[in-house]
Amino acid sequence: MWKTILRRVLIMIPELIILSILVFLLAKAMPGDPFTGSINPKADPAQIHHLMEIHGLYDPWYQQYWNWVVHLFHGDLGMSYEYQEPVVTLIQQRGANTLWLALFTMVLTYVIGLPLGLYAAHHEGKLQDTLVRVYTYVTMSIPFFVVLVLGIWIFGYALNWFPTSGSVSATASGLGATTMSRLGHIILPGLLGALFGTVNIVQYLRSEVIDAKHSDYVRTARSKGVPMKDIYRHHIFRNSLLPIAAFAGYSITGLLGGSIFTEMVFSYPGMGLLFLNAINFRDYTVITALVLLYGFLNLMGTLLSDIVLSIVDPRVRIE
Amino acid sequence: MVETKSDQFLNIKNVSTAFKINGQYYDAVSNVNLEVKHDEILAIVGESGCGKSTLATTIMGLHDPEETKISGEIDFEGTDLLKLDEKGYNQFRGAKIGMIFQDPLSALNPLKRIEDQIQEVMIYHTKMTEQQRHARVIELLNQVGIEDPERTAHQFPHQLSGGMRQRIIIAIAIACKPDLIIADEPTTALDVTIQAQILDVLRDIQKENHAGIILITHDLGVVAETADRVAVMYAGQIVEQGTAAQIFNEPKHPYTRSLLRSMPQRENENDELYVIQGMVPSLQKMPKQGDRFAPRIPWIPASAHEAQPKMHDVGDNHLVRCTCYKNFYFPDQVKEGAGHESN
Ligand SMILES: Nc1ncnc2c1ncn2[C@@H]1O[C@H](COP(=O)(O)OP(=O)(O)O)[C@@H](O)[C@H]1O
Ligand SMILES: [Mg+2]
Repeated sequence: MWKTILRRVLIMIPELIILSILVFLLAKAMPGDPFTGSINPKADPAQIHHLMEIHGLYDPWYQQYWNWVVHLFHGDLGMSYEYQEPVVTLIQQRGANTLWLALFTMVLTYVIGLPLGLYAAHHEGKLQDTLVRVYTYVTMSIPFFVVLVLGIWIFGYALNWFPTSGSVSATASGLGATTMSRLGHIILPGLLGALFGTVNIVQYLRSEVIDAKHSDYVRTARSKGVPMKDIYRHHIFRNSLLPIAAFAGYSITGLLGGSIFTEMVFSYPGMGLLFLNAINFRDYTVITALVLLYGFLNLMGTLLSDIVLSIVDPRVRIE
Repeated sequence: MVETKSDQFLNIKNVSTAFKINGQYYDAVSNVNLEVKHDEILAIVGESGCGKSTLATTIMGLHDPEETKISGEIDFEGTDLLKLDEKGYNQFRGAKIGMIFQDPLSALNPLKRIEDQIQEVMIYHTKMTEQQRHARVIELLNQVGIEDPERTAHQFPHQLSGGMRQRIIIAIAIACKPDLIIADEPTTALDVTIQAQILDVLRDIQKENHAGIILITHDLGVVAETADRVAVMYAGQIVEQGTAAQIFNEPKHPYTRSLLRSMPQRENENDELYVIQGMVPSLQKMPKQGDRFAPRIPWIPASAHEAQPKMHDVGDNHLVRCTCYKNFYFPDQVKEGAGHESN
């Protein structure tokens, strides 16, 4: 198992290098330079030329790439033109907000999705199964932003149960109160996200369990005289949950990218909204940093799910 | 031929199994009567689709009661299995009846160690301690011819070859020393050399445990090598039944004779093989009148078949369905010589 994990981590190194080169080239291709916004455009061209020289902007691209990587390792991703703050600081603040919402959504998704999927499969073809499937079809056929808008309109504005924007109330003070306020801000978007995200899990788990139920190894277990309820526990559920456990590794990093829809509708200051604004304001350093981050999260996600899979599934291990 | 001394302990009486297809029930197994004795291997042979597996899973009670209708009686050591509920059946499955399946690649749980999969059956039927169970696992693995039992016990199914996996399945089936072992095409998915080894293992076990074995196969070669008695099954019915000697030396039913004639043999390797016309009918297309095999021997006049073919004893418990065997001949043979032809 350790061999598998080690090999998997080693594979990631060239992936990371390729990703960073691509993002670097992307950044170079964007209009503007590191001084855009901080220098008077009417300044003496000779002076600008001098500045460019000092900062190595005439160096060959690999030299510049190397400098860029060194800065990256020092946590220097440049300044945001729009916010006039270091990009790293921005990402830290927004990232924390997104992290809370992501974790909350994820936990809810699994808490709702797993039992529902198991329940439907257990009652395959019966009324209970049909009800669950109606639920999944309904959520699947409504666009996510409609769910969000309806949700915020009903529970936020009409019923006034939940706040409709921000990540924490400005008036909250003290650890207890701020925590409660933060929680209050993520309940509704988290719940809506979970109700929506749950569809995949329910359908996936349902079909996994049904496949397992009709599998040859379950027939073997039955012919050993194992009661059906034990077969569910020891064979069916376990085998069906494993691929989902592996998928969780991937989906958590996906959620960390922030949901653009959710954050937009709820004016929730997270990564998704940051990215959207950066595009609107052509805040290139932020865009570059976020693209790099998203790429990195993606690679981490597949790494994580491969590792989980190698822990739970003996077939993918190298002995 | 070995004359078996012990009593029959499995008596299948008039068993039919029907599947629900589009709301209607169709027989896959029709009025089967069979017995199995201790210390014998009964082979059930027939082409694919003849209902052999359905019969096996009917004995094991593995059919979904909402999709199947089963009638008749399966008397196992004095208990009618068909009257048992799920809980009662579980006392027999694995303990008194062991089953070996066709596909060793999918019959084991891919995520559980071999040891756990073998121990599982003991957990439900014995009071052995963990240590005793482990010892028994090693003993079983030795018995089925696994070379490094300790190591194999610790492995996962995907680390073993098909032949090894089939040995594991056999080990599971015999772990609690069942009186009856049902082996449904145990060698079909394996290489020829492995096939022979697996059959050896089965024969050894039968001798050691005094078990009765139902060996299901479509391969007459396997039957010739292992069986004491043979039941030939066609389209859900037993069409001929007798000792291996009777079936191989004096086959009667046209289906048995056709099967034997289509079996590749060493001496006439270069001859063209006989091919039985047509196919096994699907459940919905089962002929209601006459011998079910009649459509596949169209040169035999309809008058040769009984309207509702019955089993006839042609001597020494050699049973044949329908009277059409009396005048059966192959198209390339003259009618007169037909009666003496054996494969
Ligand atoms: N669960 C089922 N539902 C409907 N038909 C079935 C089912 N299982 C088997 N059959 C049909 O019953 C017949 C006998 O099948 P089977 O017992 O598998 O034959 P064999 O093992 O001799 O190849 C075939 O026509 C097959 O299509
Ligand atoms: Mg079969």
